[in-house]
Amino acid sequence: MRPRLLSRMSGALLVLFLGLFFVPMELPGLDSGTAFAAEAVAADAVVEVSPYQPAPNLVEKDYPTFLGFNGRIFVWIAAQLHLWFAAFVLAVPIFVFIIEAIGMKTRDKRYDNMAYEFIKVSLTAYSLTAIVGGLMTLGLLVFYPHVMAYMTSIFKETMIFYALLFFAESACLYIYYYGWHWLQGPFRKWVHLTIGLLLNAVGTVLMLLANSWLTFMMSPAGVDSAGVFNGQVWDAMHNFLWNPINLHRFVANIAYGGSIIGAYAAYKFLSARTPQEKAHYDWMGYNANFVAIAGLLPLPFAGYYLVAEIYAYSQQMGITLMGGIFAWLFIIQAVLIGTLFLSANYYLWCGLGRSEGGIRYYKYMKYLGFALVAAFLVWFTPHTLVLSNEELKALGGPYHKYLGPLGIMPAKNTAVNIMILMTYLSFLYYRRANKIATVNWVKAGNTAQIALFTMAIANIFFLGIYHGYFTNTVYKVAASIPQVLTTLTVIVMSTVIDSMIYKNSTEVAPQRWGRVPPRSQYALFLLAVSFTWLMGLMGYIRSGIRQHWHVVDVFRDNSPDAFTPSLGYATNVISVATIMFMAMVIFVFWLAQISGQKTDAAGFWKE
Amino acid sequence: MKQFLAVIGFSLLTIAGFAGFSNYGIPRIEPAPPPVQEKIDLSAMTMDQFISLGERVLNGKGTCKLCHNELGRAPLLEQIIPNTEKRLADAKYKGEAHDLEGYILESMVNPSAYVVAGFGKSGSNDTVSPMPDVSGGSIGLTEPELLAVIAYLQDSGGAEVTVEIPTDAGDAAAEEVTAEEREPLEDPLEIAAEFGCGACHIIGEDEGDIGPDLTKIGATRDRDYLRRAILYPNAEIAEGFEADIMPDDLGDTMFAVEVERLAEYLASLK
Repeated sequence: MRPRLLSRMSGALLVLFLGLFFVPMELPGLDSGTAFAAEAVAADAVVEVSPYQPAPNLVEKDYPTFLGFNGRIFVWIAAQLHLWFAAFVLAVPIFVFIIEAIGMKTRDKRYDNMAYEFIKVSLTAYSLTAIVGGLMTLGLLVFYPHVMAYMTSIFKETMIFYALLFFAESACLYIYYYGWHWLQGPFRKWVHLTIGLLLNAVGTVLMLLANSWLTFMMSPAGVDSAGVFNGQVWDAMHNFLWNPINLHRFVANIAYGGSIIGAYAAYKFLSARTPQEKAHYDWMGYNANFVAIAGLLPLPFAGYYLVAEIYAYSQQMGITLMGGIFAWLFIIQAVLIGTLFLSANYYLWCGLGRSEGGIRYYKYMKYLGFALVAAFLVWFTPHTLVLSNEELKALGGPYHKYLGPLGIMPAKNTAVNIMILMTYLSFLYYRRANKIATVNWVKAGNTAQIALFTMAIANIFFLGIYHGYFTNTVYKVAASIPQVLTTLTVIVMSTVIDSMIYKNSTEVAPQRWGRVPPRSQYALFLLAVSFTWLMGLMGYIRSGIRQHWHVVDVFRDNSPDAFTPSLGYATNVISVATIMFMAMVIFVFWLAQISGQKTDAAGFWKE
Repeated sequence: MKQFLAVIGFSLLTIAGFAGFSNYGIPRIEPAPPPVQEKIDLSAMTMDQFISLGERVLNGKGTCKLCHNELGRAPLLEQIIPNTEKRLADAKYKGEAHDLEGYILESMVNPSAYVVAGFGKSGSNDTVSPMPDVSGGSIGLTEPELLAVIAYLQDSGGAEVTVEIPTDAGDAAAEEVTAEEREPLEDPLEIAAEFGCGACHIIGEDEGDIGPDLTKIGATRDRDYLRRAILYPNAEIAEGFEADIMPDDLGDTMFAVEVERLAEYLASLK
């Protein structure tokens, strides 16, 4: 009786934490509620002059140099490394929590073991996150002291909360990891899961705080045109681009975490010496890839939302992003995302070999591959590449003579929706591979699904063509929302139908984990490397669209490095940073590996 | 160890592939440097130079053409002059201008005073313009620059230029004016000789052979094309000729009227 009562109490506690996770923060100094409103009224009534200074007008000598280091590159690489590790250590606890909960519900110990192995890998990465974060802060203080002073004057309260939350996150993580085996059993597992939830809540709030600083630099709020802060930190935090970036990063982090864990599993699979080990790491790699794809599918939509909000905030910034020199960057991005989709799909296709039933679907894969490549090529096609007349001259013209029509947004929206549908279809085939339906309406169910896909693809094409070529330019992006809704409808409805068809299904033969070719594991490496490089590229563009401003329109960057670097140069920096990150990740994996090994040192110690 | 090296090699190759594509698979473009504000002596400037300054501001620092172009993001600037009277009388008009000059100025510093139907911010029912105040923020046009843009728009639209060149703007910053302090040339052949066109082209008595023959250029190219070819010579390269040969700074060194006279002359060669 007692354990049941305790379980319920823990459950209530869990729900409470979950509630806290979603309600607005009520932290002193951060709230925009009554107290602040009263303060604001009082401030309007009594104080005319803000106690805050305007953004400084710097000159070149205001930017210190140190031992010949290039300040911008130092901060750039340190910030990028910090972001990669932070994304990893924020994402892993999210799906560790989910996997642990699945294990708890199903009482399948394999899930618990896998979740533990995931969190073990992220533990060392957590320390490295703090180290590179420290390096980034050091770089900012040394090379951009005035920028830091200005930002600190506005965000000092949030920075203090950030430091406190960092301690809280460390405490949660250590208890979560070191208490894993101790907190087992009906009641203790609930306690452990609650700590995991708390860890995620604290980690997410940390990310939101850091996001508010960088989005303030892109879309400042709570300051006047001279950069004078009006004293409401919530306004500065809750700036125009804060939530779009929050959403984009949250989804991307999950996909990224999945891809890195997938690479870990792939390496362990390739190094495995026994069939059992191979089976375990194959299963782990599959789950990690599943998480990565689950994050990858909604990512383009989060990206479109972000770009739409950038346009809504500043059309000039939007055009700089999509129509100027950065437009070429989106061609590189298309290559990267095409690589991600193709590698994720390829991994699924290879996975069909795990079951005897999967062989019957092999013949369809070439069509999926063809559709994916065709959609990728459309996405890859450039169109408008103009920002200024000087750039127009350098580019040699705004449009490609023949491929230009495929470069417009409706064509790209169509392409990305088709890619997502094809990826979902790959997953659907994989899901069905080893199953035999037992319901008597299989044929009707399949027909319904075929009709669903056919209508959806026709609708996506119709919307893309109609809005792309028969409406005014300003309405071209109007197709994206119904297209996205069409895709989401198919995914949801088809999943429901498929689940019903295969309810109480039987297996063709036992699933044979570990029976995949080694080349499939390279698809997982490709996924992780591409994701890392892509995040570096997107980091450059997000920061780059500020151009020669520390804080857009209010605080000008007058350092010698205020110019936008060329894409080639930028991608070389990104490549070097990626190699540095990969080296550190290998170190993390190695530590995870040796932590489980014991050396027989007989004769060394006194008996 | 072999497995480890294979994975490392594969990862490095992937990174090298992405970096290689970025360096060699797309055009190698150096982004424009941040705009530099330089002082100019407005008192020594002719109206033609002032109009030319306005054109450069409109195409360059003002970034007006990012949106005011054929792609339909913002109304075409050619529509201002024929529609000003109607807009000022419109019930939607919330500004204080009474004439063309005032209206153009207002549309730059307070764009929401009148929003052309279909070009308002999404959800604002055409009451709020997405255009920023170009006298502030990252565009930051100075008063002389705003006036120069007005002068250019009035001149290019065929209206009387009513603005006066500011005389008390000693501290005013504006883009550097690189046109020489001279009077614009009248004769197109003199203009061609002045800027050395004959060194590369067959024009007048000169017989350069590096660039296309211009003796009958008007038969295949119209005035708009020729104007663009003068100002942006690399925008389109004639078959059989190389890019980056012709100087691309003629827009900075020629008067606007000289560009027009030369383009008109070339278009007449049939």
